[in-house]
Amino acid sequence: MSIKGQGYIVGAYEHPTRKAPDKSVAQLHAESAAGALADAGLSKDDVDGYFCGGDAPGLGAINMADYMNLKLRHIDSTDLGGCSYIAHVAHATAAIAAGQCEVALITLAGRPRSEGHSGTKPRPVIANVPDATWEAPFGPVTPGIYAMCAARHMYQFGTTSEQLAWIKVAASHHAQYNPHAMLRDVVTVNDVLQSPIIADPLHRLDCCVVSDGGGALIVTNAGRARELNRPLVKLLGAAETVKGQRAGQLDLTYSGAVWTGPRAFTMAGVTPADIQYASIYDSFTITVLMQLEDLGFCEKGHGGRFVSDGNLISGVGKLPFNTDGGGLCNNHPANRGGITKVIEAVRQLRGEAHPKVQVSNCHLALAHGTGGLLGSRHASATLILERE
Amino acid sequence: MMNERIFPAPPEDPESAAFYAAAKKGRFMIGRCVGTGQYFWYPRAISPFDFGPATLEQASGSGVIYSLSTMRRIDPPYTIAYVTLKEGPTIMTNLVDCDPDSLLIGQDVKLVWKVASDGTPIPCFTPV
Repeated sequence: MSIKGQGYIVGAYEHPTRKAPDKSVAQLHAESAAGALADAGLSKDDVDGYFCGGDAPGLGAINMADYMNLKLRHIDSTDLGGCSYIAHVAHATAAIAAGQCEVALITLAGRPRSEGHSGTKPRPVIANVPDATWEAPFGPVTPGIYAMCAARHMYQFGTTSEQLAWIKVAASHHAQYNPHAMLRDVVTVNDVLQSPIIADPLHRLDCCVVSDGGGALIVTNAGRARELNRPLVKLLGAAETVKGQRAGQLDLTYSGAVWTGPRAFTMAGVTPADIQYASIYDSFTITVLMQLEDLGFCEKGHGGRFVSDGNLISGVGKLPFNTDGGGLCNNHPANRGGITKVIEAVRQLRGEAHPKVQVSNCHLALAHGTGGLLGSRHASATLILERE
Repeated sequence: MMNERIFPAPPEDPESAAFYAAAKKGRFMIGRCVGTGQYFWYPRAISPFDFGPATLEQASGSGVIYSLSTMRRIDPPYTIAYVTLKEGPTIMTNLVDCDPDSLLIGQDVKLVWKVASDGTPIPCFTPV
């Protein structure tokens, strides 16, 4: 049984906060859930399936479901890092198709900004992680791991810092219209290149923001979706995978999207050329470039040329991306950008994006994310959505 | 200078004890699958190729830089890298005892032991 067409996103909500020192993480989850239910026109008691990732405080879904006082018959706390919530939409659709639940709630929230996290701080070593004993001495902080992908891409394909900078430029063009975005100033290629180097060859403006916040989604079946007074956004294709170091046969030039992209497109029965809007995980500029290549929007190694000259800017280029400003400018709640990728794709398909960035007659969109660390071990999740 | 950097200690792990014991004698070991003969990194008790037995085997310590990045905003800066060993596997490491600005992907490097904060020798690399 395919999950194609079996799930509809009927509620989507991005918490407006970007700094929330006076709110708890659980509260941000619940406020996001309330927002998504209100958007759908449903109430808390309609929810019978709950999906969350590793940002949910406590023991998987247990503490959050208790906090929100949910009565559930299906629970899934799959943690694939930042792309968990993209995968959750597919998992929810599978559960709905199998009759395990009817109204699925997906939440994400976190406060890395208020809690003083920064990308260059070493991540705490968690007990029994098998790679830690081999890697912790070498300071594998997040920007450094992504920077090694960028350095290798530059070496192998001639990609330049100017080309990577165009990704940030495009995001900033979109963020200027988002009143909630953390960074609303339009930047130039030169601004990116003049910002300090964090981890060669990545500059500060190649990196995403650190923000507090949250988001939530509601997925249901066709029957329930049609009863609601919302545009119909249907799952058309989905896939997920993990890619690691392959026991030492490391290749940093591609991501797990080389596997999820073709599978999601095959399920959907469409091609990259059909996609009118793409939400692409943008923890760093290099993340976007590699994923675009791997998903098939351009040939491997041609990503630099593809993203240049405003090709990702809505109304200017061929592939409008991250029209909310993305993680690079708008929001990266809990250091996990997957849910905001789905939310902006839903806005585009509903025609509810900002008028300055809305893709006209948008009926086919893609949301793709990376979780974990692109250059050491990561998950990839792809979602293709259709406005019915 | 980079060699003043304090390397965090590797967390203790039953699967790395033999590696670090050999390291204390100056021997650099990598994993090898008994069934297929393939080398692998990082070492494991079970072969990542066939789930059969695996051993540790001494490696040459010669390799080339596969990729690298210098952390400019951390004091002191350091250079994280992946080095592809002559035996095949690519491993995460640091490049040390050199000017980070002089380093290039494809450059030949060799093993040099550094000492972590708890005295454990850890395998770093430096230009030949």
